[in-house]
Amino acid sequence: MDGTGYNTDSMAAVYLDHNATTPLDPRVREAMLPWLGERHGNPSSLHAFGQAAKNAVEEAREKVAALLGARPPEIVFCASGTEANNAVLFDLAFAAGSRATPGRIVTSGFEHPSVREAANRLGERGFEIDRIAPRGGTVDADEMIAALEARPNRPPASLVALMLANNELGTIQPVGQVAYAARALGVPVLCDAVQAVGKMPVSVVDLDVDALVLGGHKFHGPLGAAALWLRKSFDLHGYLVGGSQERRRRASTENVPAIVGLGAAAEIAARELPERHRHLAALRDRIERGLSEGAEIPEARIHCADRLRLPNTTHIAFSGVEGEALLIRLDLAGFAVSTGSACSSGTVEPSKGMLAAGFSSEEALSSLRVSVGITNTEAEIDAFLGALAREVAALRRLAPVPVSR
Amino acid sequence: MSAPLENSAGLTAIAMSGGLDSSVVAWLLAQEGRPVVGLSMLLWDRSEEASNGRCCGALDLGDAKRVAQQAGIPHYTLRMDQEFREKVVDPFVGDYLAGKTPSPCVACNTWIKFDLLWQKARAFGAEKLATGHYARIIAGPEGPELHTATNPEKDQSYYLFELSAEQLAASQFPLGGLTKTRVRELAREAGLAVAEKGESMEVCFVAGGVREFVESEAAAAPERFKILSDRDGAGDLGTPALLVDSEGNELGHGEPYYRYTVGQRRGLGLASANRLYVLRIEPEANRVVVGGDDELFAPGLSAERLHWIGPPPDGSDRGVEATVKIRSRHPGVAARIRSLPGGLAEVDFETPQRGVAPGQAAVFYDGTRVLGGAWITGALR
Repeated sequence: MDGTGYNTDSMAAVYLDHNATTPLDPRVREAMLPWLGERHGNPSSLHAFGQAAKNAVEEAREKVAALLGARPPEIVFCASGTEANNAVLFDLAFAAGSRATPGRIVTSGFEHPSVREAANRLGERGFEIDRIAPRGGTVDADEMIAALEARPNRPPASLVALMLANNELGTIQPVGQVAYAARALGVPVLCDAVQAVGKMPVSVVDLDVDALVLGGHKFHGPLGAAALWLRKSFDLHGYLVGGSQERRRRASTENVPAIVGLGAAAEIAARELPERHRHLAALRDRIERGLSEGAEIPEARIHCADRLRLPNTTHIAFSGVEGEALLIRLDLAGFAVSTGSACSSGTVEPSKGMLAAGFSSEEALSSLRVSVGITNTEAEIDAFLGALAREVAALRRLAPVPVSR
Repeated sequence: MSAPLENSAGLTAIAMSGGLDSSVVAWLLAQEGRPVVGLSMLLWDRSEEASNGRCCGALDLGDAKRVAQQAGIPHYTLRMDQEFREKVVDPFVGDYLAGKTPSPCVACNTWIKFDLLWQKARAFGAEKLATGHYARIIAGPEGPELHTATNPEKDQSYYLFELSAEQLAASQFPLGGLTKTRVRELAREAGLAVAEKGESMEVCFVAGGVREFVESEAAAAPERFKILSDRDGAGDLGTPALLVDSEGNELGHGEPYYRYTVGQRRGLGLASANRLYVLRIEPEANRVVVGGDDELFAPGLSAERLHWIGPPPDGSDRGVEATVKIRSRHPGVAARIRSLPGGLAEVDFETPQRGVAPGQAAVFYDGTRVLGGAWITGALR
């Protein structure tokens, strides 16, 4: 340590890991509170309590639909993005149950684990999986489209699963282009838009996909509330069966407070998106400018800066620095960042997504993901840059100790 | 959530296993108000096995996290299972299959806690590593010295003999002067969640019997281990060993050789007028030599990988007088240690000692001070 002391100005930690989860917007909490207090009711009940709860759920549905440019009946509320992704993929196996040959799934090499692992399960049940490498951080649309076309001796493509924005690198994938071609070939498209919604405009009309997934807690809504948008013609057989909730596409008594919160978060996001986008991009650019112009941190490499990216995410490699050590040093100094996806932190294995994108193991292990949020300030970013320079320098000064025995 | 460190100069990392001892260390250092960080190692990921009360189980790491929360200190769990397998578990299985009696806790201290974990702690900014070992570090004229704990019953200095002076300089053993009773009292006073927890087992990664563990490891990855009785390379673990007396008389066939331990009496399955003990295991010949209690005594031992904590004592090639412990619970015997080329050593006991077991450590003491030690390769005859 350099002995100057850390974080003496403020004892509050600075949160720079918004791709993992975001703080609940106080306005969202206000909207939810009545449903955690004096109001209650089962939306399936016929009495006044039930009707009020039903109305609250349907209002939320309208707000979520509006955010996506969709129609309210196309929205299925569920508990998480993982649930929604799993539901669409596993539904293929259900549909294929009676057919002699299961189909083929075309996907990218760096999908979220809820898509990747679900596809692996289908692979075990006879589906073929084509994973298109996201070279340099973005899937090549032509390569993916070529994979959709019928091939001799291979089952026809039964689904495309492509994320809109990558959780680690922040890169935006050519979902619209792929979906346009897929429509002509009659292949449905599942778009995991969990990282994109609330940070950039997402329209199901523009994307022209068949299923799209969003999660409330990534844009200041509550945990435990997500939505699956399904094109009217997309047939979901129902993975949770029981009651007739969600038009029989997902049985379960609705989680009214969470759904109300998701609706409020969607409404605010739709209204404030341009302002949010400017704020996030300004902070992200401030970090990247600080790294390249300040020259306080030599050999910091910003990944995918030339690609289309989310406005809030920067992914940086510091050569010769172990990402895990840097993360812990920054945490001790009061700055929360990530070395990869939250699901794999705590392990020292390089992220699968980074490797799929063509980065070396060494590069992946020396990387940091910083994802800013709407509550971050310029002062926080400047403090972060100071701490980053200090910690990277300290790690680089630290030669490995020879342990003599 | 712990608050960010106001000042991390002099940061101390605490190796937290989730057991009673290291939890009390964490609490004591946090009470002192200096910057500390708790580190736990995920060493053996067998979450499906019950592991309560064992030092490397996943459940215990949850306890470590809880204690860190109670003490209000930052805490991280580091995955080190690959290194643990490579440096501790595989050598343990290999030693067992070579007919030795391994001592994995020494290897874990030497290679995992005070090497790999310390390197990581340093990278996180730590200047010291504190552990829950019952031993003391005392500043001596030539640098830090390793000494026994003040309470001899809990002393763990035996397991630390392979540390270097540099490693000792960076280490702290806050429990070295406390009794286990006092440590438990402290945990109760602090209201720590682990206050009533039992002792951890000696071989933390073995959930059931050692033999079953060794056999399942060897069967799962035969390419990693050499089964010495498996002449035809058929991977057969079960060839019964020939039991002989010290004159070479055949007494019958027993179990596979690696199931025996030097000094073992029970379970030989031999009818004899005298009590018989395992004297020696000869894996290459798939033989186990047995004999009476009197034959179990040896006048000395041969050893390898000789290590001195500080600079080698003057005249170590001619012989160093010391008290030598030949296993962790051994009371110690006056002996002369002769250093030989290639890191080898021979130790002559003042009085013959019972049960010299290859694979165990011979640790050298001058009073309470640990001078060093070596790994036993055989008994002198």
